[in-house]
Amino acid sequence: MKPLEYLPYLVAAWLFLVGVYGVVTSRNLIHAVTCLAVAQSSTYVLLLAIGFRRDATAPIFFDVPLGTRAVDPVVASLALTDVVVGSTVTALLLALAVQIHKRLGTLDPNELRSMKG
Amino acid sequence: MPALAALPVAVPLLVAAALVGAGTLLRRRVADIVAIVTAATVTGFGAALLARTLHGEAVVWFGGWTPRSGIALGVAFAIDPIGAGMVTLAGLLMTSALTFSWRYFETVGTLFHSLMLLLLAAVAGFCSSGDLFNMFVFFELMSVAAYALAGYKIEDLGSLQGALNFAVTNSIGAMMVLSGTALLYGRTGALNLAQIGVSLASAPSDRLVVVAFLLLLVGFFVKAAVVPFHFWLADAYAVAPTPVCVLLAGLLSELGVYAVARVYWTVFSGPLEQHAAPLHALLFAGATLTALVGGVMCTLQHHLARLMAYATVSHVGLTLLGIAVLEPEGLAGAALYAAADGLVKAALFVLVGILAHRFGTLYELELRGRGRELRWAAPLLVLGALGLAGAPPFGTFVGKALIEEGAHGAAHWVAALITVVSAMTAGAVLRVTGRVFGGWGPRSLGGRDVASAEEAHRQAAEEGEELRAPRSLVGPSMIAPVLVLLGASVAIGLVPGLSDRTVVVAARFVDRAGYAATVLGVPRAAPPVTAPVPHGGRLVAAAPWAAAAVALAFAGAWAALFANQLPRTIRRRVRRIVVPAARGLRGLHSGQLGDSVTWVMIGTAGIGVLLAATLR
Repeated sequence: MKPLEYLPYLVAAWLFLVGVYGVVTSRNLIHAVTCLAVAQSSTYVLLLAIGFRRDATAPIFFDVPLGTRAVDPVVASLALTDVVVGSTVTALLLALAVQIHKRLGTLDPNELRSMKG
Repeated sequence: MPALAALPVAVPLLVAAALVGAGTLLRRRVADIVAIVTAATVTGFGAALLARTLHGEAVVWFGGWTPRSGIALGVAFAIDPIGAGMVTLAGLLMTSALTFSWRYFETVGTLFHSLMLLLLAAVAGFCSSGDLFNMFVFFELMSVAAYALAGYKIEDLGSLQGALNFAVTNSIGAMMVLSGTALLYGRTGALNLAQIGVSLASAPSDRLVVVAFLLLLVGFFVKAAVVPFHFWLADAYAVAPTPVCVLLAGLLSELGVYAVARVYWTVFSGPLEQHAAPLHALLFAGATLTALVGGVMCTLQHHLARLMAYATVSHVGLTLLGIAVLEPEGLAGAALYAAADGLVKAALFVLVGILAHRFGTLYELELRGRGRELRWAAPLLVLGALGLAGAPPFGTFVGKALIEEGAHGAAHWVAALITVVSAMTAGAVLRVTGRVFGGWGPRSLGGRDVASAEEAHRQAAEEGEELRAPRSLVGPSMIAPVLVLLGASVAIGLVPGLSDRTVVVAARFVDRAGYAATVLGVPRAAPPVTAPVPHGGRLVAAAPWAAAAVALAFAGAWAALFANQLPRTIRRRVRRIVVPAARGLRGLHSGQLGDSVTWVMIGTAGIGVLLAATLR
């Protein structure tokens, strides 16, 4: 692999770490949920990077000559499933955040009742 | 056969969808009955699958996409007796939980039933799948259903916070599972477990394989709540509605351990073969830490649901101990232990739910002496404690005996650890029983703990409306699940020859080449693993340890209740050691979202460093 071909993997690792860092340091639940979505997007980048092929088209075998190079359709469908999963989790978390705001009037996770021990 | 394999997933999914569609058109009792019947049906399917798979895995390729010359093309379910057993257990726990919720909830929408059935379908799919990506999808499906169920009491702030912590931490674990899956796909071009295993076995491990292993291991450890990935668990389990806790504590945590075992023995046991010794040490350390931290935290709790939550953590550690020995006996022990122990914990959670239902609080000190009107519950709690301690005839006894046997050289060490840990959790339950039903022990927590007791009261005041108001009497629909669950756990211990048969099944589970040959339909490359010679001596060897655990549990409970009658010098000396240590450990469990996630990353880095240092 050429050095530049490592770039998508580095981007995926960076997205994951920066997203998790955001979740850890967040002072606002909406912000924390968005950071989680950023971390989740690292998996999309990773999946698509794994399936990428140079000079290849989208994996739609219609109207193209047989044997045309295409990117891996399996990872594309994995990424699609992953997007669905990610949006489900995000929607659920946002709903929880809305409820917390209704009950508490704040979105700061540090203001939440701490459940020690 | 293909239909039977798919039914435990398809039936609850369809019924769940139908219940959502019917929505408010259905009367509550109709939804209750439909859900209970569905869960009972899944139990039946699981039992049928268990019977069918006893002599060989059932492999089903959906859409007829069977492998061509040993290359997997389609998506498969590969069901073995351990997976089928988990499906049966899930069905039984779900039936009990839904029966319990008949009276537990005053009002409940059909969405609750749908979510519960969704959870059941996902668990069944997870245990049946022979495909790593499908494992991830079912893993996410059950997680999302569990997040929503944990936060079901949306009027209760604690419930919302617990669900949030649960969801965020577990989502990060799930991302790691997916990243690990993606890396394995990038290396092998396969998602089928058997196919990945075959591809990887032909070459020794390299860094990519180790990183993929790390990601999958940590992802499943978060679900299993192995220390230090366990910080979300007590917050979520303590606030979830009791019927949900039955499922969470009875099964979901153990599924993380199941996944580690499944993925290790189908995929990684080949490339990591030369590294079995350091891996064994790593898993062993994790299991020991989990068992001890969970056990100590369990004894420190005065909120009954949190107490049971930490009992779950510590017993997950014991289950992992069975996997960590990397032997068929240990795995067989872990499987039996997880099933029998899950049933006992579920029964105890139901009893805790009955107390909450009747008295409107879960704080041990507030409940002191009030249990007398529910006198019948005391012997059931004691029975549950005996089950946790691993006393015969509970199935936990057989499981423990097998785990100890699997540990070979370290057998005494392992037996002592299991004894101490199960005595801690059982002792905590006995202490609660004595205080609630006997009115024994001090009225308040001594001197320095007053602050935390006040905190407890403040928290109790903040609990939702639902917990505050004592409600109607306890009906048979609440007692029956306890009896069934405890009875099933005893039944596991009483089936003759079950331990030998489970060892044979486990030997097939760890036989990677055999698994690949069955799934991919090719002649096997390696000679079959010889099944261990069955023998009945293990139960005799384990009996003194079980007796010690029970004695220790009773002694510990007595000491906790009547320590104020001991001479003052002894008390002061014990206090000087115990109190700071306990405060330090409790201080770590801050219940903050950021801390929980930080610990996940610290744990990942720690395991990563250990793997990098040892797997060369």
